[in-house]
Amino acid sequence: MSGPSTYQPQNGFLKWLEKRLPIGGLIHSSFIAYPTPRNLNYWWTFGGILAFMLGVQMITGIILAMHYTPNVNMAFDSVEAIMRDVNYGWLLRYVHANGASMFFLAVYIHMFRGMYYGSYKEPREVLWILGVILYLLMMATGFLGYVLVWGQMSFWAATVITNLFSAIPGIGDAVVTWLWGGYAVGNPTLNRFYSLHYLLPFVIAGVVVLHVWALHVVGQNNPAGIEPKSDKDTVPFTPYATAKDAFMIACFCIVFAWLVFYVPNYLVHSDNYIPANPAVTPSEIVPEWYYLPFYAILRSIPNKLLGVIALFSSIIILAFLPWLDTSRVRSARYRPLFRQFFWLFVISAVGLGYLGSKPPEGIYVVLSRIFTLYYFAFFLIILPLLGIFEKTKPLPNSISEAVLKAKA
Amino acid sequence: MKIQTTAFAFALAAGIAASAAPASAQLAEQVTPPRQSWSFAGPFGQFDQAQLQRGFKIYKEVCSSCHSMNLLSFRNLADPGGPGFTEAQAAAIAAEYKIKDIDDSGQPTERPGRLADHFPPPFPNEQAAAAANGGKAPPDMSTLAKARSYPRGFPWFIFDFFTQYQEEGPDYISAILKGYRDPPKGFNMPPNGHYNIYFPGHVIAMPPPLQDGQVQFDDGSPATLEQYAKDVPAFLEWASEPHMLQRKRVGFQVMIFLIVFAALLYFTKKKVWHEVEKPRELAHGQDPVKTTI
Repeated sequence: MSGPSTYQPQNGFLKWLEKRLPIGGLIHSSFIAYPTPRNLNYWWTFGGILAFMLGVQMITGIILAMHYTPNVNMAFDSVEAIMRDVNYGWLLRYVHANGASMFFLAVYIHMFRGMYYGSYKEPREVLWILGVILYLLMMATGFLGYVLVWGQMSFWAATVITNLFSAIPGIGDAVVTWLWGGYAVGNPTLNRFYSLHYLLPFVIAGVVVLHVWALHVVGQNNPAGIEPKSDKDTVPFTPYATAKDAFMIACFCIVFAWLVFYVPNYLVHSDNYIPANPAVTPSEIVPEWYYLPFYAILRSIPNKLLGVIALFSSIIILAFLPWLDTSRVRSARYRPLFRQFFWLFVISAVGLGYLGSKPPEGIYVVLSRIFTLYYFAFFLIILPLLGIFEKTKPLPNSISEAVLKAKA
Repeated sequence: MKIQTTAFAFALAAGIAASAAPASAQLAEQVTPPRQSWSFAGPFGQFDQAQLQRGFKIYKEVCSSCHSMNLLSFRNLADPGGPGFTEAQAAAIAAEYKIKDIDDSGQPTERPGRLADHFPPPFPNEQAAAAANGGKAPPDMSTLAKARSYPRGFPWFIFDFFTQYQEEGPDYISAILKGYRDPPKGFNMPPNGHYNIYFPGHVIAMPPPLQDGQVQFDDGSPATLEQYAKDVPAFLEWASEPHMLQRKRVGFQVMIFLIVFAALLYFTKKKVWHEVEKPRELAHGQDPVKTTI
């Protein structure tokens, strides 16, 4: 983390290399000697899980790209050909499709953990903002990939989402035409989506490097929300964090494998097994589950432009979280009021997800509006005020003390 | 979910999607199809080969006169995990079909089918299929069992993850085949429409495709609609998921491996962290030497 590396190359070649390119020292100080707070709980393993999932998606994706054809007349059939005629193609495709869902599941847990323990607070603002950028990139990549299947839901999701940009006053229609590469979602659209879907994961990987870099400069937050004060408060990354991460990745893979092998189409809309048809609008158009909360926010506002603004604000607002939360105490453990508002926030986010899959009528609209209101109020009213009025519990003097107090 | 959200699809089509084509979805309650028991359901589900062969016979003699099945080849009939035809049988079936081709002099010709050929479509193109079927082409059957479903609703969709209920498509198709009734009094039936209790909106263009006695089986199975409504969905399920048996078999092996691997990693982690846990154990009056890894 700081000071010269303690890395001692053992064999001749590594000694030779280290004098010319100290990559061994970099790996050693980043993933072996790197001190991690000793009180990290299992919620802290989701960073490792996300890195693992990015690897899974890139490897399966690169192989799928060898068999996929980005052409409106062949895309759907080429995906089916992968499923039917490529050796273990069904496995590659189901891993990649469900992998996107598992990736988002992990990122949502990772984000909620960051919010609960105040991991975005000084000095980790840049780390948090890089995370928000990663999340945005993931959303874009997931959407582009979903379109590539070129089923009915792919096509109509592409139409609806690209049309969001038509809400921009004045230049909206021109922007949409530019995005499509034509006057409707068609072959140029599919082709550029394919290109971008291949590009963005590498951008994600680049930002992940920055994210990890920023993390290793400021160090990890921890459930107590106080900085490590001595060596007693930390343990080296390897073997401690590595062993814990490895165990959780294996557990995560059990759920992943259940999806892939037993219920591979559980999260897929059945209409996406109908080839894209611009002449037939499906009876419902729903995005993938991981976009549903934002979709509910979009639809809860009757005005199109305002709805689109609310949709984008609901994501962008996350980047301002470090300054919206005025409390000096990080962890929700010592913030009794924040804890209650936090869980209400989780309920409203999950609730919005459910409402996003429901028709915008009757009670669903009312609930969507209440949850949307709470979503924004949480960031814009509750968090700034809580920092001023909340009476927090006394913080422990050190991480070791917090650990000793905890029940065995 | 599918039908309930129609209004919302409309709102989008009207409000957001500028290029939305005219849609004609109807707001209607969909009657939930009855759950059937399928041999291929669950983690150890298997296709019943005799059933797939019967389903194929019905497809060949009835369905295929209107429905294409473009993504399947004759060779698939002999693939492992399928209907279990031998390669010779599959080749003989292929030879019964006429396939359009170009001969050596470049002239259009017809030749008997081969194993590598796809099932030929009943109509030369979509327009011809639509024209012959009251304006709408019958759907391709290759992925039909996965492309049809019905709303499960809360909380059932959560349970489905754990119970591995994945057979909405076959249940729905089976219900449609048996769901033809006389329309209730006062029902406004459009021309060429047929009343089906399980079809969303109840008006289906397809006339009742199967009746008792229409297809005879060699294996002694009854030639009844009840039997057809089991065999056809099973066949279509195989057609849309031809590698399902391999998937479930590999899945079981992967699960065993992962559970053992996770357990080993758990004990590794415990062992590694034991030293770190020591001060806490001492603080709670335990003797770290006596605590197990």
